[in-house]
Amino acid sequence: MAVLSITNLHKRFGDLEVLNGIDLEVNEGEVIAIIGPSGSGKSTLLRCATLLESMDRGTMSYAGIKVVEEDAQGNSVYLPQNKLRQVKALFGLVFQNFNLFPHYNVLKNIIDAPICVQKRNKDEVIKEARALLAKMGLEDKEDAYPFQLSGGQQQRVSIARALINNPKILFFDEPTSALDPELTGEILKVIRNLAAENMTMVIVTHEIEFARNVADRIIFMAEGVIVEQGLPDQVICNPTLARTKAFLTNLAER
Amino acid sequence: MTFSTLMQLASGLRTSIYIFVLTLLFAFPLGLLVALIRMSRNCLLRNAMRLYISVMRGTPLMLQLLIVYFGPYYLFGLSLKNYPAFLAVIIAFVLNYAAYFAEIYRGGIASIPVGQYEAATVLGYTKGQTFFKIILPQVIKRILPPITNEVITLVKDTSLAQVIAVLEMFTIAKQIANQQASMMPLIAAGVFYYVFNFVVAFTMERIEQKLNYYQ
Repeated sequence: MAVLSITNLHKRFGDLEVLNGIDLEVNEGEVIAIIGPSGSGKSTLLRCATLLESMDRGTMSYAGIKVVEEDAQGNSVYLPQNKLRQVKALFGLVFQNFNLFPHYNVLKNIIDAPICVQKRNKDEVIKEARALLAKMGLEDKEDAYPFQLSGGQQQRVSIARALINNPKILFFDEPTSALDPELTGEILKVIRNLAAENMTMVIVTHEIEFARNVADRIIFMAEGVIVEQGLPDQVICNPTLARTKAFLTNLAER
Repeated sequence: MTFSTLMQLASGLRTSIYIFVLTLLFAFPLGLLVALIRMSRNCLLRNAMRLYISVMRGTPLMLQLLIVYFGPYYLFGLSLKNYPAFLAVIIAFVLNYAAYFAEIYRGGIASIPVGQYEAATVLGYTKGQTFFKIILPQVIKRILPPITNEVITLVKDTSLAQVIAVLEMFTIAKQIANQQASMMPLIAAGVFYYVFNFVVAFTMERIEQKLNYYQ
C-alpha cells in the first residue's frame, strides 16, 4: 500500500495556477527527490502534502486514510480538524529554515508536541528523544537553546523533531539551502543514513548529485506539472525531454 | 517638612500604586484581546478596534478621565452617588493603556516569523496552543522594552487622577504645598515618583535579563 497517494492535485493562488494536476504515489521505503526550477511548484506540492496549504482540487490519502476527497464538482474536501491532527502524526516535515522554537531547549523542541498534542507518555517520549539525539550526534546538546547551535546542528534537531512520532513518511523542503556549504554534508549524511534504514522520504532539493545518489526516483517538475520522472541515472544522465535537459545544463554551468 | 507630611504623601502613594497595579492587571489582557481583534479577519471588528485605538491615543487621558467620570451624569442623567471616582480612574486608565498595549502587542505578533506558525501547525498544535505556547512567549520577550516605556509613563500618569479629585499622591502634595506655602511637599512627591519608577525600571530590566536565556 502506498504511504502517500495524491491524485489530480490542483492549486492556484489567485490567477496563478501553481499546481496543475499532480499525481504522486510514494511507496513504503521509497526515497523520492523532487527537482526543478524555482516557481515550478515543488515547495507548494510539499506544503499541500503536509497540510500547510489546502488544495483546490484532487485527493490525498496517507497509508489508506482518505485525508482529502473530491466532492461531486471535483473540489477538495478535507477531513475535520481533529482528524487532520491525527494524520499529522503520520508525517514529518523538515524546513529549509529549521523553524525550531527559540524559547525551548533542544529536548523540549522535540518532546513538546508528542506530549501536548499526541498525549504520549512523557518518560517514553523523552527516552525516544534522547535516542534520536544520540543518532544525530547531539547527545550532549539536549539542554542547549537553538541560538547556541550551528545551522547544521539546528537542522539535525529539527530532523529529530520530525522523527519523534515515528512518522511513516518524512518530507524535506530544501533542507540544506540555508546552510553554509561545509555544513551541507552533515545533513546529507543524516538523510543518507535514514535512507539506509528504509525511511520513506520525499526531498525537494537543488543538490543534484545528492539526489542522484540517495533517491530511488527523481521527479522533475516545471510550471506546476511533473515533466519527467524515473530512476536517477535515467532522469539526470539521460533526460528525454528538452525542458529537463535545459534545467540540468543550467545547474551544471553554475 | 514634618513626618506627618511624609505620612500623608505615603498614603497618597498607596492610592497611586493601586491605580498603577489595577491598570496593568486589566490593561495587559485587554490590550492583547484588542490586538487580536485588531488583527482578525472580520473587517467590522477590525475597524472598530482601529477606531477605538485611534481615539484613545488621539485624545488627552485627562479628558478621557473627565468623560468616564462625568459622562454617565451629563449624557444619561445617572447619579454619581454610587460611582466612586477611583472606579472611574481605573476604567479610564485601563481603556487608555489597553489601546497603547494593543499596538505594542500587534507589532510584536507581526514580527514573529511565519515559519514558527508553520512548524507548530505541522506538529499538530491547535491554534490556541500555537499562540499561547509558541508565539506569545516570544512576543513578550520582544515587546518588553516598549512595554517598559509605557509602564514608566503610567507611573507618572497616575497624577492625572487629581482632575476628578482622587486623593493620589500628587493631589495630596499640591494640597499640602498650598497649606504650607512651601515647595517641599511637591519635591518630596517628585522623589517618590522617581523612586517608584526606579523600582519599575529595575524590575523590568530583571525580567528582560531572565528572558535572555534564548535569542
